[in-house]
Amino acid sequence: MGIKIVHYINQFYGGIGGEDKADYAPEKISGVKGPGMGLQAAFGDKATISSTIICGDSYFNENIEAATEVILEMIKEENPDVFIAGPAFNAGRYGVACGAVCKAVSENLNIPVVTGMYIENPGADMYKKNAYMVETTNSAAGMKDAITKVAALALKLGTGEAIGTPEAEGYMARGVRRNIICEDRGAKRAVDMLIKKIKGEEIVTEYPMPTFDRVDPAEPVKDVRKAKIAIVSSGGPVPKGNPDHIESSSASKFGKYSIVGIDDLTPENGETAHGGYDPVYANQDLDRVIPVDILREMEKSGEIGSLHDFYYSTVGNGTSVNNSKKFAAEIAKDLLASNVDAVILTST
Amino acid sequence: MQLKIGNIYIKDVQFASTTEVKEGVLHLNKDEFLAVAGDDERIASVDVYLAKPGEETRIIPVKDVIEPRVKVEGDGGIFPGFMCGVEQVGSGTTHVLKGAAIVTTGRIVGFQEGIVDMSGPGAEYTPFSKTYNIVLKVEPIDGILQHEHEEIVRLAGFRAGIYVGKAGHNVTPDDYRTFETKPLVQQINEYPDLPKVVYVYMLQTQGLLHDTYVYGVDAKKIIPTFLYPTEVFDGAVVSGNCVSACDKNPTYVHMNHPVIEELYAKHGKEFNFLGCVVTNENVTLMDKERSSNMTAKLVEFLGADAVIISEEGFGNPDADLVMNCNKITKKGIKTVLITDEYAGQDGASQSLADSTPAGDAVVTGGNANEIIKLPVMKNVIGYPEVAEVIAGGFQGSLSSDGSITVELQAITGATSEVGYGYLSARTY
Repeated sequence: MGIKIVHYINQFYGGIGGEDKADYAPEKISGVKGPGMGLQAAFGDKATISSTIICGDSYFNENIEAATEVILEMIKEENPDVFIAGPAFNAGRYGVACGAVCKAVSENLNIPVVTGMYIENPGADMYKKNAYMVETTNSAAGMKDAITKVAALALKLGTGEAIGTPEAEGYMARGVRRNIICEDRGAKRAVDMLIKKIKGEEIVTEYPMPTFDRVDPAEPVKDVRKAKIAIVSSGGPVPKGNPDHIESSSASKFGKYSIVGIDDLTPENGETAHGGYDPVYANQDLDRVIPVDILREMEKSGEIGSLHDFYYSTVGNGTSVNNSKKFAAEIAKDLLASNVDAVILTST
Repeated sequence: MQLKIGNIYIKDVQFASTTEVKEGVLHLNKDEFLAVAGDDERIASVDVYLAKPGEETRIIPVKDVIEPRVKVEGDGGIFPGFMCGVEQVGSGTTHVLKGAAIVTTGRIVGFQEGIVDMSGPGAEYTPFSKTYNIVLKVEPIDGILQHEHEEIVRLAGFRAGIYVGKAGHNVTPDDYRTFETKPLVQQINEYPDLPKVVYVYMLQTQGLLHDTYVYGVDAKKIIPTFLYPTEVFDGAVVSGNCVSACDKNPTYVHMNHPVIEELYAKHGKEFNFLGCVVTNENVTLMDKERSSNMTAKLVEFLGADAVIISEEGFGNPDADLVMNCNKITKKGIKTVLITDEYAGQDGASQSLADSTPAGDAVVTGGNANEIIKLPVMKNVIGYPEVAEVIAGGFQGSLSSDGSITVELQAITGATSEVGYGYLSARTY
C-alpha cells in the first residue's frame, strides 16, 4: 500500500454541508472523501489515504484545544507516515484549522505534514513555519494544481526524499536555512555579485538580513537597597565539573545553580563552560564572570536587599536565537516566581 | 608590486632519508623535520604522521594548517615578523609546494579546534582532505597556560612550513602565476575607465586565543591599514586563533586568499583592484567604532567605488561587519559581504547577531549549526575524545564505535567566510 496518509478536510469538502453545518464535531471516516479522491489518484499505488477526518470550521475555531486533542487522537490511532490538511484556498477559518492541526501533529506526533492555502489566508502567516504549505490560488478553481503539488511533497516526505527549494516545490518558505553546495566557491560568488552590483544589475542575496526585535529597557529599580537581585549569565559560569554538561558552543540548555553559603567563587567551586574565550582567567576566579563576591559584600552592607539563592547560566557562544529565547522565557518565569526585583546580566 | 608564484605540484608525500622534491613526490626526512619543528624548550614532544586524500584517517583536534612556501627571489621571506625579519614581502618569486600542507595537532588548547577527515562525508566539507598532509603533533611541557600553548604550536607549525618549503627552492615549478598591483596613482591610471574595487579584509582579533597577526604584530593593536594583495601570498597574515574551526581562516587560507585570487582574476577586465584594507574585530565598542571609522575612511581615500567585506568568526564580529557595511555604504560605496550563519541545528533561527538593511548583497558560507555524522575511521591522529568539548560538539558526540556526530562548526574550513569552500545556504 506504500505510504499511509491521513487527510483532514472541513465540513464543506466533507460533503456535510455549508456554513449551517460549520459546527460539525470531528469525525473520522475510513478512506477518501472530497479532494482526497484527487489526491489518491495523484498517488496511484505509491500512497494510500487510510482515513479522512472531517471537522466543521466553526467547531474547530471555537474549540481549538479540545478539537485538536480529539483530532490528534484520531490520527495517532492510524499511525500514518504523512498527514495532509486541506487545501483551504482562501477560506480563513479552514486555513487556520489546517495550520493549527498540522502544527499539533508535527509537534506532538512527529509526523511530516503538508497543507495548502492562498498566501493571504490568515492561516498562512500563522502556520507556514509549521508545515510544508503549498501556495494555492484563492479559490478551488486551482484545485488540480494544488493537489499535484501537495501529493508530490507528501510522497517525498513519506519516502524521506530530499525536499527541493520553495520555488521548485511550490510551497511557502518556512524560514528554515539549509545548506547547499554551489558550483562556484564563495569568493567567486562574491566577486560575481560585486560586478553585478557595480553594473546596477539585479542581484539575489544569499542571505536576506533579518529585522531584529528591539527590547525596551525595563523601568529603573525603585530602591536597590530593598531589591532582590539575581544573576543571569551567558558567559558559561558553572559549578566545578560542569554538572549539566552545558555545551562549549551552541548550547542546548541552561543551568540553575545554588549559591547558598557561597561568598566567593574559587577554582574549587566554579569554572566556565564557554568555548569562545580563553578560560584561564574565568577559571582562576569565576567572580570575574558573575560578581558573587561583590554582591555578597553589598548584601551584607545593605547596599542591595538580597542576592537570589540561584544563578542561571548558559553559553552564548554560537547558541541559536531560538534556544536563547526559550531559555530566557523559562528563566524569567522562575525569576518572577522567586520575586526577584532586578537581574544583572553578564556575558563574557 | 609584482609577485611570481611558482607552483610545484605535489602528488605524494613519503618519509625518506633526504628532504627533497623528486618528480612531484615530496620526500621528508622525519628526524630532521622533528628537530626543526620541536626546537622550543617549551615543547615536551613532537611527532609526525602522514595523511593523504582518500585515506580512512581522521585528524582531531586540528589547530592550524600551513602551506610550505619558500622565497627564491626578492625581499624578505615567508612569515615576516615570525620566521624572518620584517622586510616588505610580496614581490619577487615564491615557490609553493602546491598540494602539500602542514597540519598541527596535539592536546587541545581551548575548545575551538577542528576535525579533518581524509575520506567520507566529513571530507566533503574541509579543503584539507584534498591536500597531502604532514601532520605535526606537538605536546608542550607541563605548567603551560592556554595562550602560551597556542603560541608554541603556532610557531612549531611555521618552522615546519619553512623547513618543508625549502625543499622547493631549487626545483623548477610546473607553472607560474604572476600577480601585480601598482602604487595607487599608477594603478588607477592603468585602468582609468574601470570601477575601482578594494577588499576589506577583517581579521579575527577578539583576543584570549582569538588572534591574528600581520607582519608579527597582534592585529588587535593595529589601526586599519593598507596591504598590497601579494603580501598575503608570502605569509604576511597568519592565524593565531582558536575560534570555531569552520570559519576561522587557517594560515594556509590566508596564504591562498580566495577573495584576493578571485579579485585578481577579474582585475583589469571588470574592475580595477586597488588592494586590501586589513582591519580587526576587537571586543570593545570604542575599538569597533575606531576601526570601522578608519576602514571607511581608508576605503574612501583610496577612491573605491565598491568593496568586498569579509568577516572572520561570528557573533561579536557580526557587529564589526555591520558597522563596516553601514559606514562604507554611507560614503556612497557599494558593498558585498561574506559571512556564515548560526541558524540553529534546525536552521530556524536568525543567522547573525547583528543586521543592517544596507547589507543587501551577502554571500554565505552556510549554516555552521547543521549536524553531520562522521563515520568510524581506521586511523585517528590526535585525541578523538575532544569531539565532545570542541565548539560544535556536545555530550554524546563521540559514539562508542568511534563515529562522531557534530555540528559542521567542528570541521576545519567548513563554512569559510573568505569563500574558500563551495557551501552556502538558502531559505526553505
